[in-house]
Parts: sequence; C-alpha cells; structure tokens
Amino acid sequence: MSNTKQIPRRGTLARAESRQALGFVSPALAGLALFTVVPVVLSIVMGFFNWPTFGEKTFVGLDNYVKLFTQSPDFWPALRNTFVFALLYVPISVGLSLLLAISLSARIRGRGMLRVLFFIPVVTPMVANVLVWKMMLQPQGLFNGLSQTWFGVELPNFLADPQWAMIMVVMMSVWQGLGYNMLIFSAALEQLPESVVEAARIDGARGFRMLWSVTLPMISPSLFFASIMTMITALQVFVQPQLLTGGGPGNATQPLVQFIYNQGFKFQELGLAAAAAWILFAIIIVLTALQFRAQKKWVHYEH
Amino acid sequence: MSIDTLPAATAVFDAETDAPAEPDDRSGGREPLTKRGRVRLVFAHIAVYVAAAIFVSPIVYAFFSALKPNSEMFSMPPTLIGSEVRWSNFVDVFAYGPFLTYIGNSFFVSITGTLVVLAVSTTAGYAFGRLRWKGRDAVFVIFLATLMVPQEVLVIPMFQVMQWFGWVDTYQSLILPFAFTAFGTFLMRQFFRGIPFELEEAARVDGAGPIRSFLQIILPLAKSAVAVLSVFTFLSFWNSYLWPLIVTVDYAAHGTLPVGLASFSGLQGTRWDLQMAAAIISMVPTTVLVIVLQKHLVKGIAMAGLGGR
Repeated sequence: MSNTKQIPRRGTLARAESRQALGFVSPALAGLALFTVVPVVLSIVMGFFNWPTFGEKTFVGLDNYVKLFTQSPDFWPALRNTFVFALLYVPISVGLSLLLAISLSARIRGRGMLRVLFFIPVVTPMVANVLVWKMMLQPQGLFNGLSQTWFGVELPNFLADPQWAMIMVVMMSVWQGLGYNMLIFSAALEQLPESVVEAARIDGARGFRMLWSVTLPMISPSLFFASIMTMITALQVFVQPQLLTGGGPGNATQPLVQFIYNQGFKFQELGLAAAAAWILFAIIIVLTALQFRAQKKWVHYEH
Repeated sequence: MSIDTLPAATAVFDAETDAPAEPDDRSGGREPLTKRGRVRLVFAHIAVYVAAAIFVSPIVYAFFSALKPNSEMFSMPPTLIGSEVRWSNFVDVFAYGPFLTYIGNSFFVSITGTLVVLAVSTTAGYAFGRLRWKGRDAVFVIFLATLMVPQEVLVIPMFQVMQWFGWVDTYQSLILPFAFTAFGTFLMRQFFRGIPFELEEAARVDGAGPIRSFLQIILPLAKSAVAVLSVFTFLSFWNSYLWPLIVTVDYAAHGTLPVGLASFSGLQGTRWDLQMAAAIISMVPTTVLVIVLQKHLVKGIAMAGLGGR
C-alpha cells in the first residue's frame, strides 16, 4: 500500500508538522464532535429521560424501554412490519438485481444505456418515485384501469388493504432500489479473471453450471456486501411507507423508523423515540454480526 | 460521450492516474457464436429490452400524465395521451406552491453542503493520510466508528441540539449536521495514501510546507476522487428527506424539493397533473447528473461500494 517511513523524527520540523496536521484535521474533528459524538451521547441520555420537546425533563431510568415493549400499542406492529419488509425486500431485490446484472452481459447491445436507465430511480428523489406509484395504485389508477379494461377484473384497493399495502410498499421499493445492486454486481462480473472463466469452459462448464459453480462463488464477496447493505437500508425504511400508505391502513405498514419519527416529532416524546432508535440500532448490529458470521460458509475471498 | 459505463470500473483501483478505461470489446472476449447461440442472443435481447420497458413504464406514464388535464387523470379505459397535450402544466406547477423556492433551496443546500464536505474531507484526509502526528491512528479509528451510527439514531438528539443553537428552520441546520460524516474523510484518506510519497518529498525538500504541497501537488492529483465524492454528496443532500422534514417548519421559506414535493399531496383537491409535472421536474437534475457523470458514479460504487442516502 503506502510507503510511509515510520522513522521517529524529533525537533522543530516534526513539531511544525504536527501543528499543521492539527490545523488540517480540526474542522473535521470539531464538526464530528458537535454533530455526531455529542448527539450520540445525548441520545443515550435522552433514552433514560422523559424528554418532551418543550418543558421539564425527568429521569425515568429504563422506563422508556419497558414502556415500548409493554405499553406502546404501535411498537410491536412496527417491529413486525420492519421485519416483514426486510424479509420480502432483501431477497427479491438482491435476486432481481443479480439476474439483471447477469442478463446485461457483454453481448447485449446498448447495455451501458440500459444500466443508466435502471439506475435513474436510484438517484431520483424518492418522494417523486413514490408520488408516481401512488398515482398508479389509486383505485381508478393505471393498474386497476388496465386490469378492468383488458381482463374485466377488478383489482383490490392496493393501498387500503393491509396485506396488499405492504406488498406494494415492497414492490415500489424494489423498483426504486434495483439499479444500485445491479451496478455493484455488474462491476464484479466485469472483473472476473478471464483465466479462471476460460479454464472452467475448457473443463466443460456451460450455462447454469458455470453460473452456479464458477461465477457466483467468484462474485460472492459482492453478493455478501450487497446483502448486508440492502438489509441495513431495509431495516431503516421510512419514506416509502410514510408517503405511499402513511403507515396504514391502521398501522399495517408502519415501520420502526416511522414509529420513531411519530413518537419524536408528532407526539413530542423525544426520550421514547431515542430509546426506540437504540433498539433499532441494536437489531441492525446483531443481524449484521450474524451475517458476518455466516459468511465463512459461503463467501470466497481470493487472498 | 461514451454510453458504456463499466469498463471504467476496471480502472478504479489504479488510484494514481486517471488512466482511460480499456476500450470496450463487444464480444466480451468470448468464442464466436454458433447458430444456436445467435438465436439465443436474439431472445436475450428481447427479454432484456422488455424488462427495461416495463421498468421505465412508471416514469413514462408519469410524464404523459403530467401533460393531461387533471379531469382525465383516471379516465376509464386508461389513456396515455389525454384529449389535449397540456405543456402548461409544467408552468402552472410553479404557481401551485412555492415550487421555485423548493428547487432553489435544494440547489443551495446541496451545492453548499457539497462544498463544505469537500473542504472538510480533503483537508482531514490529507492529515490522516499523509502527515505524521501523535494519536493519528487512534483518532482515525474513532472517525471510522462513527460510520456505524445510523441517521435514525442521530436525528432525535440532533433536533435537540438544533433547538439549543436556535437553528431550527434555518439553512445551516439543513447543511451542517450531515456535512461532517466520516465517509468523505475516509474516502479521501484512502485515495491520498495511494499517491507516491516521492512526489511530495521533492517539493518538501525545496521548502514547500504541507499547505503548499496539499494545494499544489496532492489536490490536483485527486480530481477523480473529488469528483466521486462530489456526486455522491450532492445526491445525498438533494434526495435527503427525513432530516429536512424534521428540521424545517416553514416549507415556503426553507423547504427543499423532497419536503415540498411531499407537502404537495396534502394540498387542497389533489392536483395529480401538477404533482406529476413536479415529480418529473425533480427527476431532471439527478438524471442529467447520472448521464453526464456515469463513469464517475460507477467508479464510486466500485471504489467504495457506498452511495449517498
């Protein structure tokens, strides 16, 4: 990597460099302290307090955490919704984007343009994407309209039906996020060492066999990375349900982040919201650690 | 402009130069096609293009809906083009809400935020990557650790901090809290370490201090990394929704595009035609950015595997 020579240096020159380094790094240090370290510490503290946006703050110990699990009517459903969303979203999204990346192989004409096309919803403001889907999913919208005209079948009211609402939130999210993982997989596929692929082909590997025994193991680090990142973003889902269904009907699609948002900024219970945020963080850490543990079984690194 | 993006990814780890990507080989270096293979390839093209058509259809439909009169949005059977083509919807949307203000705010916040991130990340990256000082590695570990904290944990206490500062509903509250994340510093540090130290030594021997060699030697060599960081930072500010939603009170004054767009749907008698026009307009800048800078975007993803969000 680098060739920094770690020769201990003394004297004015080294001291001058230290001073200048401090100058270079202090804006970043100050900002990070003020806008990350202080909030993190504050957040831990807030979790132990009854902390209204305005007014008296009182220490309540672990009450916020107990309250979430025993009294808060929306907490368990929010937890369930978050898991249901992640369980549906992660495999569909990773699977489809992998399929797409493989399909857009070197022999497809215009694949560069196609990749850009699949990437557009990723960078578009999510709010705009949601608005478009919301219009299509209206009872008189495109989906139901086409179904009635072409097949004479009346579709359910997608956003007002608890089960369908979640499916539509997942569908919309898959559409919007597909291009990101696709680019990761494309980059990985593009960097497959030609020698290995060639050797496998000489050994007679073709089609599905080639994919399963050669290609997938070789891009497994990318697969692993994409699954972890996708899972983390899935557990943090907020915009799609908030705008598509408002978390409803009832609380059928309200995920944990929306619960946190509502507690903090609708009901002004910042302490309760902070506690819920830490529970979410703990879940993310535990699930990520589990995935790292499982990777030994299926991820192949070259070095 | 080259359309093919991915060959650039192979040049990614060649951090020192902006070496041009390998010329694209359409055959992908594979054996010549048999007749059966050619038939298969035709079907592969059809499948991929049909998938792409289905994929973009929501945006296409939204675009045509933005050109319809509102009364025909949900006509049965559904139509793509209404009884008239109303380009005026794209003008009327600016009168519907303070849409121009939202766009202006989004550009201001995203550009200023990107500049702050660039200034902070390049200087800190230089200190971590190329200067020697006591405690450097320990401080860097703390930097990296902060990457683990999710935004959801931060927004609640951050709102409290903003209240203490009296910054709720101000531009600085939209820009500063997320301009100091460790990601940019990490990215720049990694890049700077890849630059040969001999390059700087010579200047140092000639008496240039760190400031001069940072500005005149290191920074000019880091153009592609700076470009990658700029794009991702700009996109993450431009698309950010949760934090602006929390910290903005007066949308008409400080609302950014996502917040303004979301508040549209709450306005009197939902005007779907104007909402679609607004949605399409808000897609334009990012789409243009992606098309123009696709190479850097792909590089960024391959380089760090991380995106804005």
